[in-house]
Amino acid sequence: MSERIAPTRTPAFEARLKKRYASEKRFRALGLGAIVFSIAVLVFLLGTMTFNGIGGFQRVEMEVPIDFTQAGIAANPDTMAQSGALASLEAQGLRDVVQYFAAEQLGEDAASELGAQAWRDVAAAVIADPALLQRSESFWLPASADLASGYEGEGSQEMQALAAGLYEDGRLAKNFDPGFLGRSDATNPQQAGIWGALKGSLLTMVVTLLLAFPIGVLAALYLEEYAPKNRWTDLIELSINNLAAVPSIIFGLLGLAVFLTLFPNLRSAPLIGGMTLALMTMPVIVIAGRNAIKAVPPSIRDGALAIGASPVQVVFHHVLPLALPGILTGTIIGMARALGETAPLLMIGMRAFVATPPDGFTSPATVLPMQIFLWSDEIDRGFVERTSAAIIVLLLFLLVMNGLAIYLRNKFEKTW
Amino acid sequence: MSPAILLLLALGLGLAGWLAARARAWAFRRDSADGRLPSLPIYHAWYVALWVILPMVAFIALWSAIAPGLVTQQVLASPAAAELPVFGFQRQTMLNEARAVASGAASAVFNPQASGLVEPYREALFYYNTIGIVVALLIAFVAGTYAFLRLRPDFAARSKVERIVMAILLGASLVAILTTIGILASLVFETVRFFGMVSPIDFLFGTHWGPDPMANPDNPDGSRYGAVPLFWGTLFIGAIIAMIVAIPLGLMSAIYLTQYANPSLRRWVKPALEILAGVPTVVYGYFAALTIAPAIRDLAMSLGVSNPSSESALAAGLVMGVMIIPFVSSMADDSIAAVPGAMRDGSLAMGATRSETIKRVMIPAALPGIVAGVMLAISRAIGETMIVVMAASTAANLSANPLESMTTVTVQIVAMLTGEGSFDHPATLSAFALGFVLFMVTLGLNFVALRVVKRYREAYE
Repeated sequence: MSERIAPTRTPAFEARLKKRYASEKRFRALGLGAIVFSIAVLVFLLGTMTFNGIGGFQRVEMEVPIDFTQAGIAANPDTMAQSGALASLEAQGLRDVVQYFAAEQLGEDAASELGAQAWRDVAAAVIADPALLQRSESFWLPASADLASGYEGEGSQEMQALAAGLYEDGRLAKNFDPGFLGRSDATNPQQAGIWGALKGSLLTMVVTLLLAFPIGVLAALYLEEYAPKNRWTDLIELSINNLAAVPSIIFGLLGLAVFLTLFPNLRSAPLIGGMTLALMTMPVIVIAGRNAIKAVPPSIRDGALAIGASPVQVVFHHVLPLALPGILTGTIIGMARALGETAPLLMIGMRAFVATPPDGFTSPATVLPMQIFLWSDEIDRGFVERTSAAIIVLLLFLLVMNGLAIYLRNKFEKTW
Repeated sequence: MSPAILLLLALGLGLAGWLAARARAWAFRRDSADGRLPSLPIYHAWYVALWVILPMVAFIALWSAIAPGLVTQQVLASPAAAELPVFGFQRQTMLNEARAVASGAASAVFNPQASGLVEPYREALFYYNTIGIVVALLIAFVAGTYAFLRLRPDFAARSKVERIVMAILLGASLVAILTTIGILASLVFETVRFFGMVSPIDFLFGTHWGPDPMANPDNPDGSRYGAVPLFWGTLFIGAIIAMIVAIPLGLMSAIYLTQYANPSLRRWVKPALEILAGVPTVVYGYFAALTIAPAIRDLAMSLGVSNPSSESALAAGLVMGVMIIPFVSSMADDSIAAVPGAMRDGSLAMGATRSETIKRVMIPAALPGIVAGVMLAISRAIGETMIVVMAASTAANLSANPLESMTTVTVQIVAMLTGEGSFDHPATLSAFALGFVLFMVTLGLNFVALRVVKRYREAYE
């Protein structure tokens, strides 16, 4: 007679197992939920910005037909090629001509809502093509901020009525505004553009790259290849690791206390901004550089040493070229971070309203994130759209930089 | 002449030295018996070029730092400067105007009082520019000649060049230490000045924050410099609300990605989460201020909260938490991946479900790494500036209600330094004291976290 074995799958066991499997499922769903939530927030963030920002690439414009044959403005290709062309057109009363035709075609009310700088667009067209003055031409000119918000269904009742009337006639529309990328900051959202900030960002990035890249790479080479194991090296390593984690605003305080004391004339210049950001970016490049250098197999160094290369030749002829793609990837990521950084630049005074694009490393400038920050304080509906549009441009830049980094990593990734 | 042109000149002279030295080395090589030198000609070339460029660049850097001060001194010593107003700000504006005209950056002075200074400025600029150029050229010439005369057929140029290269490498790595010292020095110096005016006890333990940048700087009211509400606001937004969002979401995403997700999903989700970390903080700040804060206020209103603030701690904290998610998840990812597979397999073989394995085996084993990651995340959150500048308020409030407006250390640093106060005012200097506290706290958190990670990593190897 064989002994009876107690069944393992008792009802109690089954119940317990069911509970455990249910808990397993819940846990798994929780994990998926966390990811879905994070991605959803990202999509919502990007969606909001895109939705708001599309309008920022457009502006509300009125159609003004101008008959230049009646206007009596004289211009020929020679005078229009000179630098005083704009002043000459202004002196000849182009502004009044534009106002006159606007009043003629659209009525007094609408003409008074023509943007104050609208005639400049006409002037630019005339300068580009003086032959315009022989015929009549229809222009789409920016409306005032009040009329623009009337078009959006906000602002005063009269403006809304006026805008609705003009829209019915097909004289008022929201058109793509290529000048958004070409103009600089302005107090009126209809006139504001981001070229000044973009140029400031580019100049600042050039300074950052020129300083942070060589110093970062050389420091990484020293630490990885030559540094003796002693207290000094430990101290250097410790300070690099800590600098990489120091809040960015602290670098701003450093820039304020040191760079602006040394160079008080260069307040809000790309040079100082770039120097401050370089100190912040350098540790990132060192850490990425060390990892890339570490990944180069020792056999390459040994091979070069064996045929008589000196330690410096080994590093500069063999190790550095092989590690360069990895270093570049880290550099691009560090530069992308510096491009989006605002807080340190806020400290060194790059907060100013700058209406002309900077023409050098020492002229006052603003950068793209700072432009976003400055515009975000404006309550005008038009600036909300402009801000989101500027954010789209900034994010596109970052996307391109990060994409480049990923491409480089994939292309040059090597397993030895 | 601007430093940029001087630098180009240095490079040009360096190139000339390079070419001359290389030609000389080739000449040695032709004359030598077996056509061999101890070093290749290119090392002779680099030897001379480095001797020309390095001293000259060092001098230019030094000169561009001290020359503006000397110029201003000479202008102030001129008779025209006696008519300048004594008040600091106006005086500075006029000096700046005159300098801009003298250096050709502006066409005319706006203020008639400054016009008398243009001529002295022009003279001073010319004088010191000439000195700068002459000395720079002299240095380049002397150093270059010295190096060139040292070239001999048996000269060991390579080892000399390599010694210079090593010095440059060491110098580059010392920049990190110099930066750290620079940060510490500038913070400590201004903080000590601040504590000379306001007692550290008032600052660290006072509960009322309301510096008045317009008050008399000689007799500051210590009771207005109590930073406790700022420390609380920073902790509440950065270490409590943000972490309530970031830790569960980050940890669960890491667990799902490492344990459950198939590789193709992982390949897409990981970069997507990294985008979340790459979005500039000014964009998050704008998002928080424009979208999240009004939504929270409306929600609070519909729940019957009377008078909810439009700049709540909750809005800033939630958005900051989202920003930190990828940071927590990648740190957790690393430390979970570092747990040996045998431990997991052992647990699974015993019949534990995957979630039980994760909860009872993987997480406890990976805990030190996760804790270190959370500490780094907190350090990042409390140092974060733009989100709180845009979404939190400047009103210091000591409250545990997340719907109240609150301010943080970083917000106050920005507020104090972008205000109208002069640089000697305790309100301005308090920003440096706040920066010093922030620096020390984040340094401590980072230091401990890095230690924990290091020790923990060695445990399984």
